[in-house]
Amino acid sequence: METTAPPQLFKVTFDGIEIEVPPGTTIMQAGRMLGEKYAPPAMCYYEPLKGTGGKCRACLVKVAAGSAKDPRPMPKLVPSCITTVQDGMVIENTTNESVLEARKGIVEFLLINHPLDCPVCDQAGECHLQDFAFEHGRVETRYEEERRTFDKVNLGDKIQLHMTRCILCYRCVFTADQITNNRVHGVLNRGDHAEISTYIEKAIDNDFSGNMIDVCPVGALTDKTYRFKNRVWFTKPVDAHCDCEKCSGNVTLWYRGDEVIRVTARKNEWGETKEFICNTCRFDRKKTSDWTIEGPTKIARHSVIMANKYRADLKKPTFGDKLAAAEYKQIDDSRPFITDEKTIKESSIENNAKANQRLLGV
Amino acid sequence: MQLTNRAKQVSSKEMTLAERIYLPAIVTGLGITIKHFFKKKVTIQYPEQKRYLGPVFRGQHVLKRDEQGRERCTACGLCAVACPAEAISMVAEEREKGEEKLYREEKYAAVYEINMLRCIFCGLCEEACPKQAIYLRHDIFVPVFTERDNVIYGKDKLVENMNDRYLRTAWTKEEALHQDINDLTPQPRIQL
Repeated sequence: METTAPPQLFKVTFDGIEIEVPPGTTIMQAGRMLGEKYAPPAMCYYEPLKGTGGKCRACLVKVAAGSAKDPRPMPKLVPSCITTVQDGMVIENTTNESVLEARKGIVEFLLINHPLDCPVCDQAGECHLQDFAFEHGRVETRYEEERRTFDKVNLGDKIQLHMTRCILCYRCVFTADQITNNRVHGVLNRGDHAEISTYIEKAIDNDFSGNMIDVCPVGALTDKTYRFKNRVWFTKPVDAHCDCEKCSGNVTLWYRGDEVIRVTARKNEWGETKEFICNTCRFDRKKTSDWTIEGPTKIARHSVIMANKYRADLKKPTFGDKLAAAEYKQIDDSRPFITDEKTIKESSIENNAKANQRLLGV
Repeated sequence: MQLTNRAKQVSSKEMTLAERIYLPAIVTGLGITIKHFFKKKVTIQYPEQKRYLGPVFRGQHVLKRDEQGRERCTACGLCAVACPAEAISMVAEEREKGEEKLYREEKYAAVYEINMLRCIFCGLCEEACPKQAIYLRHDIFVPVFTERDNVIYGKDKLVENMNDRYLRTAWTKEEALHQDINDLTPQPRIQL
């Protein structure tokens, strides 16, 4: 029997761009390889956590051709974070009208029980749901019914859970599963009654429990030491590290003036944390002397943190410069340099006469 | 060289007798003066009397309360980030249980300060506010100050007095004009 060896690389077309990816890559990862502009949005998918994805449907894409062998399109939109690519697959993300239309609906579904109180919420400015709704959602809400509400719950003395804001992405559950051997954190009830909970409001006393705050895409899990201290866009992020025996010690410090008001793990361009930090670093080391400063964190140009004139030297509004360069015309403003008094006098009389003519309309 | 045509030719001829006795000129001059006693005055006595500044004048800031007297501001910081002069600063605080009658949202501004030396009265804070909390009054100027420590306005000066609420009659020039033409008594469009 003949066996054909599988090709080393799959060739897929993503929004009209051909890219070669290794087998087993998901559509999401292929999109992320192309860059920020092409990657589908993600709410529940979190690359460093195993098993995440496939819940929120924010990343739905259209597969216009399933594979080279079977080029029929997939009948429905597929979640890109859990669908692996096939050789010859044609994916339409932003180029397909139905995908954009579907995402509008997804935003509305995610916002059904999410309060629209961004002015109150601490996550505003670095909230994935806010970004997603801003980019893909409708301008106004059509929802009129009552939203479900919960009381705030303290998970230990440093973390607060406000279930009202939760969109049930399960990221924190996967985080808890990853950092502990026991199942201490999960989802109770079903459907509309589903809620994130620990076992009878037991505090999670793991050293890495604070990472749930970073992992949460919305403001459901918040840092109690930072709660309502300041808005994200008034703080200045600085990369720093320390010698920590528990974690890597690579963090971002958020400054207000000279004061460190928050410590978070470093996030990559997808808003994901690759290195979890321990609770000592996060909650207890809030002095500049505890850290070795590396330099200002790189902030995306469109980020609201830029609104506070943070790193104004890095802003490059290239469009204006390019336009100016394209429209630039050399003007001939050379004129003879005259020192002769008589000529100056004559020319000034001449100029005055011209001015008078203009005034009198002669 | 002639720059304008307003110049007058000056002559030094001798005056006539009527011109020399000056009385006719004095009487004409007094006549003009007396005429003005019976005319409508164009000036007003400013500090005592004040003119209507128009419906869209941007004067002193006010931090609105809602119908139940709760403060609307939730210290979201959008006014401060919109402010081109960086005049606004605030400190947020979480609402405690039992304070629901004082503050509308679960977070409120414990300190809210506007530096009136910095403020340029552009009204961008008003536009940025998602909670309809800050407005620039159309009827009151920021008063002249003589001491530098009077310049920073805190919540004591900014928050609306419930006994003397700030209501607005028109929101645009066109609306005000429409009210004037139809001779309507101005009614608050929205009960703020």
